[in-house]
Amino acid sequence: MAGVHVTTTINSDPVEYVCPADESLMDVLRDRLGLMGVKEGCGTGDCGACSITLDGQLVCSCLVLGAEAEGRAITTVEGMADGQNLHPLQEQFINNAALQCGICTPGFLIAAKALLDENSDPTETEIRYALAGNLCRCTGYDKIVKAVQAAAKDLRK
Amino acid sequence: MRYESPTTTKEAVALLAQEKGQAYVLAGGTDLLVRLRLDTIEPDLMVDIKRIPAMTEIKKTATGFKIGAAISGATLGKNKALLKAWPGVVEATNLIGSDQVQGRCTMAGNLCNASPAADSVPAMIAAGAKAIIVGKKKRTVAVEKIIIGPGQTILEKGEMIEAISLPAAVKNSADAYLRFIPRTEMDIAVVGVAISLKLKRGVIESARVALGAVAPTPLLVKEAAKAIIGTKLDDEALDALAAACSSACNPIDDKRGTIEYRRRVAGVLAKRTAKIAYERAGGK
Ligand SMILES: Cc1cc2nc3c(=O)[nH]c(=O)nc-3n(C[C@H](O)[C@H](O)[C@H](O)COP(=O)(O)OP(=O)(O)OC[C@H]3O[C@@H](n4cnc5c(N)ncnc54)[C@H](O)[C@@H]3O)c2cc1C
Ligand code: FES
Ligand code: FES
Repeated sequence: MAGVHVTTTINSDPVEYVCPADESLMDVLRDRLGLMGVKEGCGTGDCGACSITLDGQLVCSCLVLGAEAEGRAITTVEGMADGQNLHPLQEQFINNAALQCGICTPGFLIAAKALLDENSDPTETEIRYALAGNLCRCTGYDKIVKAVQAAAKDLRK
Repeated sequence: MRYESPTTTKEAVALLAQEKGQAYVLAGGTDLLVRLRLDTIEPDLMVDIKRIPAMTEIKKTATGFKIGAAISGATLGKNKALLKAWPGVVEATNLIGSDQVQGRCTMAGNLCNASPAADSVPAMIAAGAKAIIVGKKKRTVAVEKIIIGPGQTILEKGEMIEAISLPAAVKNSADAYLRFIPRTEMDIAVVGVAISLKLKRGVIESARVALGAVAPTPLLVKEAAKAIIGTKLDDEALDALAAACSSACNPIDDKRGTIEYRRRVAGVLAKRTAKIAYERAGGK
């Protein structure tokens, strides 16, 4: 199969890769570029573990082709911290014990950041709706919601 | 498989027409890439339409709105003029999937995927939306005429939808969409009801009622509209509306709901939807 040559930007760095036309962006990010923070839960858009932003828009990378990323800007969880300084959401997920196995965590962090970028003071209901596309089989969600509320507060300071 | 991302409608149509194997339009990919992953399709070509400027804009025209086929639910939801003119169409489209899915999914993709339970389709039908189809020649077809069975549309090889057109908002008119799902988010409709109506001095002058998930295709139910036209949506009219909706249903039995249950819910939901549309149109 002929490969597609793609030039894109990932976490502010220019990146080039070649991938088969039918390969998902999730597989490109994980298997070609080693960005293992992009998790695969389902591969069909149901769990949100593979969440990234594409030109600032929250999407499931399993429902995007690698070829579609040409000229776009991608962010993954790897781009969230500022050097050694964790993002307030990451800090609060730790403080609130909002993770156990951690498979869902990168997706929740990316989705929560997308929410807080648009709405700096979401209600609990707004948080739950915004995170409805992310599944967690361990925590029961409560601690995740609390972590997002705490991070929102930190970010408003 | 080949991937192409043309920048004009003309190129896109030519690519689809020339392909000898299986060719698919790629809009948001939220149905298509699931099917690719599940190996239920083996495409030879995908034509990505998201780089075609005409398909990535919402235009306000003299006769209404033209919504490009590549416009995502998230983009649609941010358009204030559209939200004001057709709140029901926007709310139905915004019910599709999660925020992640909203970032990609399109109304045209929802229509072409032709699921009986597609949320935006009843709302488009009630609003009198039309699909602008391009191919060998251009044709404009009412949305209720597009789907002919589960997964089946009238689109011929080499044809695609360029945009969905909605009429201009009329004074004292409004629309609404409600769906019933067992969960509160992320589920497939058991029943969906869309109603648009226009009032004259508080009396319903015209109306369109459409149902989803209760038959092999979404339905435009003329008897249901008749039941409320000429009324102020009193209890009698609401009961007649519910009865007309229930009897129009031709649903399946599945784990989400039995036939009897779906019929009943269609009636109840129709009443609630009509009340919302009536209030939005300024009725009391
Ligand atoms: C997690 C998840 C949740 C979902 N929840 C819902 C829901 O609640 N309600 C609901 O209705 N749907 C739901 N869906 C299904 C899907 O998101 C919708 O049907 C969506 O609107 C499809 O749009 P798309 O742009 O992604 O279509 P695509 O996947 O790009 O295309 C769908 C089909 O239409 C064809 N097509 C697309 N655009 C055109 C065009 N312009 N001209 C001709 N053919 C075209 C494609 O070739 C393909 O066959 C969900 C999907 C997922 C993954
Ligand atoms: S892996 Fe993409 S949504 Fe589950
Ligand atoms: S921490 Fe295990 S799935 Fe969420």
